[in-house]
Amino acid sequence: MAAVSSTTTPSSVQGNFVERLARLPWWLLLLILAGVTLLYQFLTNELYTVILDKLTRGIATTIFVTLISFSIAILVGLLAGLGRVSKNPIIYNLATLYVQVIRGLPILVWIFYVAFVLTPAFFSFVNGLGDLLAPLLGPDNFLTQASTQDVTLLGRAVIALAFAYGGYEAETFRAGIQSISRGQMEAARSLGMSYLQAMRYIILPQAVRRVLPPLGNDFIAMLKDSSLVSVLGVRDITQEARLYVAASFRYPETYNTLAFMYLSMTIVLSLIVKGVEARLGKDGRGTS
Amino acid sequence: MIVIRDLVKRFGHVEAVNGVSLTVKRGQVVVIIGPSGSGKSTVLRCINHLETPTSGEIWVDGMKLTHNHKDINAIRAEVGMVFQQFNLFPHLTALENIMLAQRVVRRRDAREAERIARAQLERVGIPEKAGAYPGQLSGGQQQRVAIARALAMNPKVMLFDEPTSALDPEMIKEVLDVMLELARDGMTMVVVTHEMGFARNAADQIVFMDKGLIVEQNTPDQFFSNPREERTRLFLSQVLR
Ligand SMILES: Nc1ncnc2c1ncn2[C@@H]1O[C@H](COP(=O)(O)OP(=O)(O)O)[C@@H](O)[C@H]1O
Ligand SMILES: [Mg+2]
Repeated sequence: MAAVSSTTTPSSVQGNFVERLARLPWWLLLLILAGVTLLYQFLTNELYTVILDKLTRGIATTIFVTLISFSIAILVGLLAGLGRVSKNPIIYNLATLYVQVIRGLPILVWIFYVAFVLTPAFFSFVNGLGDLLAPLLGPDNFLTQASTQDVTLLGRAVIALAFAYGGYEAETFRAGIQSISRGQMEAARSLGMSYLQAMRYIILPQAVRRVLPPLGNDFIAMLKDSSLVSVLGVRDITQEARLYVAASFRYPETYNTLAFMYLSMTIVLSLIVKGVEARLGKDGRGTS
Repeated sequence: MIVIRDLVKRFGHVEAVNGVSLTVKRGQVVVIIGPSGSGKSTVLRCINHLETPTSGEIWVDGMKLTHNHKDINAIRAEVGMVFQQFNLFPHLTALENIMLAQRVVRRRDAREAERIARAQLERVGIPEKAGAYPGQLSGGQQQRVAIARALAMNPKVMLFDEPTSALDPEMIKEVLDVMLELARDGMTMVVVTHEMGFARNAADQIVFMDKGLIVEQNTPDQFFSNPREERTRLFLSQVLR
């Protein structure tokens, strides 16, 4: 305490210490503390062990839905994003219509809509097509035989999530493409490349580097939103939790475990995204 | 080689080019000078259809420029363009920058494209920079790679839009030297520049533009020693000081 009364500026030394203390990632510490507490419960508390075991049955579905939906969403988003920067008015308007509809709908409503309106509508269209082509393919061809029931609720959930996120990714890709300076397209075109060649070899490789961090964040968002498939009865970890709660009324234990599972996945993923971001930032050759 | 007849280009209400006619013969070097905003870049960019002319006609090597995309790509492959901002592809090395269009447009195989790319880097004086990314090169080196990239396509015409305007003074000469060499080798060139020394040494014809029109066109000797138009004299007195 003697140092404090000395003539050097003690308040700044003290302030320094407090500042550094304040800058520590306390949130992570607290989270880890909570996580360790739960881990301890999983090992020692039989009820938690049972719940963890039950919920883990849904983990494959959660991961499957996330990965497949996101992969399709990237493809759809890339195509729609290209449509959003297209000079062709038909392509541009179709892409914009899609993006605006998706952005204007709650994702939950969109999932119901795809599952119970669009999928049946698609099949009645296919059946109608089958009837039309009956003279060619025979009266009982594969088109007339196709039925909405052929697509499981899991399948519809994946399609719904994929096209919802496709709409979000379209805007991510559009922004990425438009962030590349006009000179790049002009240089490519002046060398005789077609628009599509310039996109493929010049614009997209640079744009993809820039959209990698936002795509990573959207992947995390997709993991969280995959819980919405539970409304269709698809047995992901959220649905397993709901089923267990309905039978046992063990609300805190079940939802503690569910939250623990999501958080441990999302936090690890967000650290990975941060790492990728830092590495992309370091080597400067991705930018023009 | 290039024939431009009554070229007009409007951007909304801005008349960038107001009726320009110009002929560039094979092997000729034509230098376009004029105050900023006079339409020099727009004329150049119309030649390879980076801008669509509002009206007028342009022929390149006997091919008339139309809106047909296939034709436009074919003509662009014959017309090299060098930009003020270099516009190298930052995600590719110097060598890859020079190889890419050879491969996807000219359909050369990798070995052939690489051989030509290295020869062109040699020609512009930086063979040792083949593996460098644009971000690792100085402005002058970047512009020389850009010239090599255009040359690798074996263009019949080279267009330069203020190729040294974005360069630090000490790098201007290295780029101009490459261009002078190219002119001596008989390349057909249209050059927009403020470098009067280059214009005097390399040009067969000098074109002075102002407000979207060609004010005066002459050989360098006549143009600099005996300008006909008052506006030319005024401009020259400003740039030559
Ligand atoms: N893409 C464009 N959109 C609108 N106006 C333009 C565009 N490009 C050029 N202009 C206008 O056309 C005129 C001529 O421009 P430019 O050909 O670039 O002149 P210079 O190259 O001689 O400086 C200028 O007034 C400029 O503002
Ligand atoms: Mg200009």
